[in-house]
Amino acid sequence: MAEHAGPGTRSAVITAPPQREVDVVVVGAGPAGSAAALEVARAGHSVVLLERGPYPGAKNVYGGVVYGRVLDELVPRWWEQMPVQRWVTRRSTMIMTPTQALTVDFRTQAWGGPPYNGATAHRSDLDGWLAGLAEKEGAVVVPSTVATGLLRSAEGAVVGVRTDRPDGDLTAKVVIACDGVNSFLAKEAGMFAGKPAGHVTLGVKETLRLPREVVDERFGVTGRDGVDIEILGCTGGIPGGGFLYTNLDSVSVGVVVDPHGLAARKIRPEELVAELKRHPAVEPLVRGGELLEYSAHLIPEGGYDTMPDLVGDGFLVAGDAAAMCLAAGIWLEGVNFAIGAGMYAGRAAVDAIRAKDTSKAGLASYRRMLDESFVLGDHRKLRRVPGLVLGQRVQQDYPALLCDLAQGLFHVDNPRPKPGLFKLMRRVMKWHGIKARDLLSDALTGVRSFG
Amino acid sequence: MSYGQPAFDDRMSTVDFDVAERAHITVDSEVCRSCRTTDCVYACPAKLFVPTSDGGILFNYEQCFECGTCYQVCSGNGALSWTYPDGGHGVAFRKG
Ligand SMILES: Cc1cc2nc3c(=O)[nH]c(=O)nc-3n(C[C@H](O)[C@H](O)[C@H](O)COP(=O)(O)OP(=O)(O)OC[C@H]3O[C@@H](n4cnc5c(N)ncnc54)[C@H](O)[C@@H]3O)c2cc1C
Ligand code: SF4
Ligand code: SF4
Repeated sequence: MAEHAGPGTRSAVITAPPQREVDVVVVGAGPAGSAAALEVARAGHSVVLLERGPYPGAKNVYGGVVYGRVLDELVPRWWEQMPVQRWVTRRSTMIMTPTQALTVDFRTQAWGGPPYNGATAHRSDLDGWLAGLAEKEGAVVVPSTVATGLLRSAEGAVVGVRTDRPDGDLTAKVVIACDGVNSFLAKEAGMFAGKPAGHVTLGVKETLRLPREVVDERFGVTGRDGVDIEILGCTGGIPGGGFLYTNLDSVSVGVVVDPHGLAARKIRPEELVAELKRHPAVEPLVRGGELLEYSAHLIPEGGYDTMPDLVGDGFLVAGDAAAMCLAAGIWLEGVNFAIGAGMYAGRAAVDAIRAKDTSKAGLASYRRMLDESFVLGDHRKLRRVPGLVLGQRVQQDYPALLCDLAQGLFHVDNPRPKPGLFKLMRRVMKWHGIKARDLLSDALTGVRSFG
Repeated sequence: MSYGQPAFDDRMSTVDFDVAERAHITVDSEVCRSCRTTDCVYACPAKLFVPTSDGGILFNYEQCFECGTCYQVCSGNGALSWTYPDGGHGVAFRKG
């Protein structure tokens, strides 16, 4: 068995001692892992939470917004303790071409007070806070430790993990893999067998320092209110999107792209971010920001149809490790799904341990809880969205179409009479070579998925 | 890059690394010589893959984000040997 974690690691077969060292081992102290460990510890069972980084969050990157509704079930009055930068009271979707931008902008003060909706937070703060909650309930958090592979019984059931610590084998009744997008453990356990290779996109981000008053003024907010903007049409024809989020005295700006598309266009990801920052609709918002941190991470973007099996003998998979991230156009959400999945995985492990059956059948309540909740509910409903949103038409044709349509409507050209909307639409569609049939079929897919 | 963007080295200097002695990723430059796409050169966000004049690839693991992009895009059979660094080593993002 490999002594390091990576693709192609194989499990070690051991004769499982009848007395396992702990009830549950959770691998990965991201949002999924901490939620799982919290639930197990709360139920009074022993749980070890392994994290390969020197502290929770050290290896993790995201755009910057946590949608907190799922926390209502996990941490009562979470908004009083979460390390928040700003509360999101304004959400925008910006559709752009190199010289145009059409923004749908929504603002509500309902999100600016309890129980809140979304918040911006830094991952090192957020992940540290969540792991701390698990620790307070009795979970043992072990950082700077890599799970390098699975331990299995002769029958193939997962009975623990090997780590890169000296004498690093740790046996458990249940192992919960929350090891993120690359999840070598889920692959090693064979959970992806027969599944289409999961689609990943590369997210690249800059955190730019700007004085708090400047952020307030440029984004039109005050106090702790903040803004999130998702962007389509900013990736130079490479399937993907962009984002711009406000922190207290910084902003996060970045792109999410298909990594193969970069080579095809011979462009590097940080150049796309630079282009986005130069866009006439974005430049006035980020101008003068001092680079605080450059970062990057992969996103599992294939959606429902690329998810692995979620339950094995003694084994559960949650969060990005199971591709439970929703990244498509107006959404860029994964933390909420990870927290939900981790929470249910923890509960299922507790139920199985109490019923003294941690086999695949004994752990099956995990899948049931996910099916009945937003975690798989949303993913099932939106299963066609990744294909739609990452396709050529939504990526390039529609942004240009919508921007030209808006330009046609807003353009004042008298004494020529104003064009009618349908005439304008037909004209713009013709310019962009868009067939009514495709538009209709995409609209139907959209309505079926979103409606 | 012009346009007032930070130079790539300045960009990377905003990130903390606890560099380990073991190279957690290694690249077989011989295999790369026959690679036609060199996706890694464009896709590695830390710009760690540099084409050499003789058609190979020069790789340095030290400022790696451990994102996994290179092994996902690499077309060359067995060019990359990819692992996470040992516990506690490697990149440490402060903001994320
Ligand atoms: C650029 C970008 C923007 C995003 N924007 C948003 C956003 O704005 N809002 C949102 O909700 N989501 C966003 N997401 C998605 C979100 O980041 C993920 O869905 C979420 O972090 C998944 O949580 P997780 O706990 O499953 O995995 P992770 O957060 O990836 O945690 C996995 C953990 O496991 C550890 N680990 C991995 N392997 C091992 C091992 N072998 N041994 C020990 N430890 C290990 C890692 O160090 C890590 O801490 C974004 C993602 C990216 C990349
Ligand atoms: S893991 Fe990511 S940062 Fe590291 S070498 Fe590969 S692509 Fe570059
Ligand atoms: S993609 Fe793989 S084979 Fe091609 S140059 Fe990069 S590392 Fe070498």
